[in-house]
Amino acid sequence: MAKLRPEDLDKIADRMKKAMSLREGGGRAKVTVHMGTCGIAAGARKIMSTVMACVDESDASDVIVTASGCAGLCSHEPMLTVEIAGEAPVKYIDLDEEKVRRVFAEHVLGGSIVVEHALAVGSERTP
Amino acid sequence: MTTHRTHLMLCAGTGCVSNGSFELKTALEAEIASHDLQNEVSVVMTGCNGFCAQGPVMVVQPDNVFYQLLGQDDVAELVEEHFLKGRPVERLMYTPPAEKTPVPTMSEIGFFEKQRLIALRNRGLIDPEKIDEAIARGAYKGLAKALTSMSNGDIIAEVKAAGLRGRGGGGFPTGVKWERTAEQAEPQKFIVCNADEGDPGAFMDRSIIESDPHSVIEGMAIGARAIGASRGFIYIRNEYPLAVERMELALDQAREYGLLGDDILGSGFAFDISILRGAGAFVCGEETSLMRSLEGLPPEPRVRPPFPSESGIQGKPTNINNVETWATVPEIIHRGADWFSSIGTEKSKGTKVFALVGKVKNTGLVEVPMGITLREIIFDIGGGMENDKEFKAVQTGGPSGGCLPASLLDLPIDYERLAEAGSIMGSGGMIVLDEDNCMVDVARYFLEFLRDESCGKCTACREGVDAMYTIVSRICAGEGRDSDLDLLEDLAAAVRDGSLCALGGTAPNPVLSTLKHFRDEYEAHIHEKRCPAGVCRALITYTIDPEACKACMLCVKNCPQEAISGEPKQPQTIDQELCIQCGVCKDVCKFGAVVVT
Repeated sequence: MAKLRPEDLDKIADRMKKAMSLREGGGRAKVTVHMGTCGIAAGARKIMSTVMACVDESDASDVIVTASGCAGLCSHEPMLTVEIAGEAPVKYIDLDEEKVRRVFAEHVLGGSIVVEHALAVGSERTP
Repeated sequence: MTTHRTHLMLCAGTGCVSNGSFELKTALEAEIASHDLQNEVSVVMTGCNGFCAQGPVMVVQPDNVFYQLLGQDDVAELVEEHFLKGRPVERLMYTPPAEKTPVPTMSEIGFFEKQRLIALRNRGLIDPEKIDEAIARGAYKGLAKALTSMSNGDIIAEVKAAGLRGRGGGGFPTGVKWERTAEQAEPQKFIVCNADEGDPGAFMDRSIIESDPHSVIEGMAIGARAIGASRGFIYIRNEYPLAVERMELALDQAREYGLLGDDILGSGFAFDISILRGAGAFVCGEETSLMRSLEGLPPEPRVRPPFPSESGIQGKPTNINNVETWATVPEIIHRGADWFSSIGTEKSKGTKVFALVGKVKNTGLVEVPMGITLREIIFDIGGGMENDKEFKAVQTGGPSGGCLPASLLDLPIDYERLAEAGSIMGSGGMIVLDEDNCMVDVARYFLEFLRDESCGKCTACREGVDAMYTIVSRICAGEGRDSDLDLLEDLAAAVRDGSLCALGGTAPNPVLSTLKHFRDEYEAHIHEKRCPAGVCRALITYTIDPEACKACMLCVKNCPQEAISGEPKQPQTIDQELCIQCGVCKDVCKFGAVVVT
């Protein structure tokens, strides 16, 4: 292992940032894959691995990927929800690998909603 | 490197390890693999999370969900429900003592909410065995700053301005200590990290090393630079095997990165650290004893001056600070003295780590700003008294400290105020006592400890503490004499004044503070031959209340002396001749019919 110089500390910190920011809980964007029984049956596992591959390939360190239960719209699974910090969550339906890649590039990284695949903006009302 | 979407921060502090966290890790990884989630979910073993009462504990990130009291049986459900399907398992979350519904996230738990972490800044957030994770959280940034943009004098000035005081108990200003060592003409100087934590119930230093060893290494390197030392020693007790192992690993990793050794960070500064393991004698926490032990001699204190800053190891100038002090230094250099001195009280700056134990609901490790009140620590962070018993006293500072009564619960904690109240800050042990604790018995316990741990060099300590122990034991046995309290006070003064080191100098504190605040309990033992808390066996009688007894015969079956008898379906009675006051009958009685008087 090479001996470090002061500037190398920041390089290590950058390299680790993706893993560490996850633990600190602050992310710019959160992608939730709906992994109920219905979602998994419809291929949500593949959707999840695609999202994770997108995160890896993009070098984005501020995207949190998480699983959640059934979103209640089983006929349109697999689904995922994209939440950009400070904006309303957007649900995407009837996904496949290609659609996920587009949603990730255009919405998660680019900030603009992919209208063709989006179901709705916002969440259901909860008490 | 693959990025996982979820990190399971499983506590691997000593408390959780003894509750099976390594077995849990194996089970979790097997279950995760069986769902083919090993590329999505990773298990990270962290240092002590602090909430030891609920161990093994695990925090799931980024969800920030806190799980507690985990067992192997919970693994299958946890993995399938939460990590596969994203449905957190409420059953395994923490339920605050006063509430009925579980709270899911750490930030909502009172225990964590009031804490402010400086020395423990990385606890639960990093794997202590991976230096990259520590660096990602800012480790060695303070050292880099000290080496590249500060002179030795600047570093000392910064630590002085921060107002940092020794966290091992003495409270001596750290910057002043450094300055005195730095000023010595002798070019060869040493620095030492005192990790000989020996107070009963204290585990602050152990946890800091176990959860973030690099914070200590970095602090020592900064101190060494300021003082002009090229060698450092960590004196740690051999009873802390996990801490030793993690520190050894951390030292190796730091050397590999050139953060120790010759030419640190390319600055030309050379410094390295060795670990020396002690055999766990309490007196080795005293700096002159510690140095003798480091040199391979019997640990006996010596007279000061000369102070270690003038003549320490091998007669060379030596600077000794405790683990928590060293772990705090990098943050002061990194963030600046103004930031640090904005926290705390006028004379006590920053935060202090306490090992909160005894009769509180949430036992564990807490770090709080100086100036917080005892009430906030015990009732807000600690969640109040166990079994809702009445608070009687809190013992701070270990065997050198004292017991503070309920009337002092609103005392803001800092070095001066604790000393004024008859206790000390100490290294940060905090033992909470309730109505069932006898204060005379507590004093007897600490005297017994100190009697064993006195090195025997000074007659006043060796004989005086033993004599005090004999007297207090006699009082507990119901054989106290009218003159005993005066005699105790005389002996206390002699022990305090006639001892070289702080062990003897503070040994009378447990007796003096209990005499000051709980004199009535001593008097009840001596004059009325009564132990008000029902602890001292010679002074208590167990009887069965015939009104409350349901003749269930549980006590009869459990009494080891077969001292309980009576007619079937009638209230039972205890034969006082046979009774040995073991209390088993009281423990097993479901109707509260066994009365202690």
